[in-house]
Amino acid sequence: MTTDKGKRPNSYRAGPDTDGHFGDFGGRYVAETLMPLILSVERAYDEARNDPAFQAELDDLMTHYVGRPSPLYHAAPLSEHLGGAKIYFKRDELNHTGAHKINHAVGQVLLARRMGKTRIIAETGAGQHGVATATVAARFGLPCTIFMGAKDIERQKPNVFRMRLLGAEVRACHSGSATLKDAMNEAIRHWVSTVEDTFYVIGTVAGPHPYPAMVRDFQSVIGHEAKAQMLEREGRLPDSLVACIGGGSNALGLFHAFLDDPDVAAYAVEAAGRGVETGEHAAAIAGGAPGVLHGNRTFLLQDDDGQIKEAHSISAGLDYPGIGPEHAWLSETGRVNYVSATDDEALEAFQLCARLEGILPALEPSHALAHVIKLAPTLPKDHLMIMNLCGRGDKDIFTIADALGVEL
Amino acid sequence: MSTRIEKRFQLLKDQKRAGLITFTTAGDPDPVTFAQILAGLPKAGADIIELGMPFTDPMADGPVIQRASLRALKAGMSVKRTLKIVADFRLNDQDTPIVLMGYFNPIMAYGISEFVKDAAKAGVDGLIIADLPPEEDAQLRLPANKAGLAMIRLAAPTTDDQRLPRVLDGASGFLYYVAIAGVTGTKSAADSHISEAVTRIRAQSSLPVAVGFGIRTADHVAQITNHADAAIVGSAIISEIESRLDQQGRATAGLVDETLNFVQSLASGLSRNR
Repeated sequence: MTTDKGKRPNSYRAGPDTDGHFGDFGGRYVAETLMPLILSVERAYDEARNDPAFQAELDDLMTHYVGRPSPLYHAAPLSEHLGGAKIYFKRDELNHTGAHKINHAVGQVLLARRMGKTRIIAETGAGQHGVATATVAARFGLPCTIFMGAKDIERQKPNVFRMRLLGAEVRACHSGSATLKDAMNEAIRHWVSTVEDTFYVIGTVAGPHPYPAMVRDFQSVIGHEAKAQMLEREGRLPDSLVACIGGGSNALGLFHAFLDDPDVAAYAVEAAGRGVETGEHAAAIAGGAPGVLHGNRTFLLQDDDGQIKEAHSISAGLDYPGIGPEHAWLSETGRVNYVSATDDEALEAFQLCARLEGILPALEPSHALAHVIKLAPTLPKDHLMIMNLCGRGDKDIFTIADALGVEL
Repeated sequence: MSTRIEKRFQLLKDQKRAGLITFTTAGDPDPVTFAQILAGLPKAGADIIELGMPFTDPMADGPVIQRASLRALKAGMSVKRTLKIVADFRLNDQDTPIVLMGYFNPIMAYGISEFVKDAAKAGVDGLIIADLPPEEDAQLRLPANKAGLAMIRLAAPTTDDQRLPRVLDGASGFLYYVAIAGVTGTKSAADSHISEAVTRIRAQSSLPVAVGFGIRTADHVAQITNHADAAIVGSAIISEIESRLDQQGRATAGLVDETLNFVQSLASGLSRNR
């Protein structure tokens, strides 16, 4: 089998190929029942993205409903505290619904409408993608069912209630580890049974082609904005980008516009849970191997027999045993650096951000922040760094209180 | 030299009857009990045996087969042990075709070339990989065919006339028609739908057509085999096994016999007027 290890492509932004492959990764690994549907989503998306009317409707909603562009904020107190790089936050937590997930939810629901689908389904981990999808479904009057692991329902109660207020049905998944991977299994099983009228809004840059590329395209607005904002503020490109990564939608959203700018370093921060060496983590690149799950070939946490292992992270949004296939490829080519941060490091970063910046970040970007805390002090003061603050932390206060031993 | 699968469909033709394909998950509820069920299947009426390779995340399967997979994994099953079970079965049965059904990841982890070599050596005749559509299956199909294994393709109600040739091109052994848009062990298809689908496939292919998903009783088997060359029953047999487990999930006395009796009753429904 060919490998892209160490091979430099002409462009890092040209993928995937026509069958949805990023190097050896990606593809369409689904049951035959779904194949015709996947192909029709691909055709519809190809037409939509080349249709100025679709783009205009999307842009209008992004501006007036989502609240884009999100600010690029100079985190001066944090920069000063760490004593190194000049740190900027891309404030995607200020979007409507409080995270970046709304970017691809709007895009996919518009596509569902264009395809004449009358029902929306989605999986969710932290609940941010579920809330975003339920929100856009409500806006367009479409019935919506969200699949969610029973364990995540327990640790993300505010978001579950939010989805129900928005009129969505939240369906608990009890199989396996009862987290995001199992919610995705159930959503796919349900989709196979309802192919005629149902559109599956996938919550990250994973799944069968065209989802990884489509979700990335809808999210890449983050990086395009950040690039223009940085050029306006500083007159040049940033030196580094930092984002957390579960499936990898916010990371790819920030990175993609910069992938062909060789002087811009990119760091994707996986969830190391209790430590990669303990086996209780969600770091698919640091601790996984190539395999096939949920429609694509990518890095997965698995045992020697190819059975999928349960992931662990304090952050429900990162608690997934795989990673988007484009990330697997970006890791193999070496374009993006994949690093990790533990539960404890993320908790510390969360608290530091709250006190210094007056911002409660979600536990997911708290992992990115934990790496910023390690990296920034080693860099000169003229080093420009952008961290994607991709979600707000209100949803996590119960988990954090629990971890800190505080009773609410 | 014709393969075991070809010989078996020829035999069915000679006997002017349709065939029964049974699905059970390898190692469910435990490897010892399973070996007894497996050994008894041909006599109970299984013309072809489909063996599930357990996987943690069986996306195309309903709750019954999901639970069987998890029981088997808990009992220590692996790809290697599944192949050992087949090899042991072959010591006493050289004629009944065995096809392995599963998901691609455990095969990747085993190593594709090692897997096809070891599977052929164990006496496996064909592969059905649920998450490997024609667009992605060359990586397994070509080495499998080279090793003498059939790559059994699936067609579904959503596979339209435009797509069907893609499914048939490269198919071998038999064609597996998925009777419903859904997962295993849930709803059942209408008779008229099966008749139309089988006719549509026969117009484009000379491969035998087996129909599965939602077939639970001898009556269903009779209906399906009015049209198809074989009926595939899985979840209903596994439900039989499951109903005879104690609260700790252990096999109780009579499980093997009752399961085989059920298979016998299914076989009694086969069309014998072909």
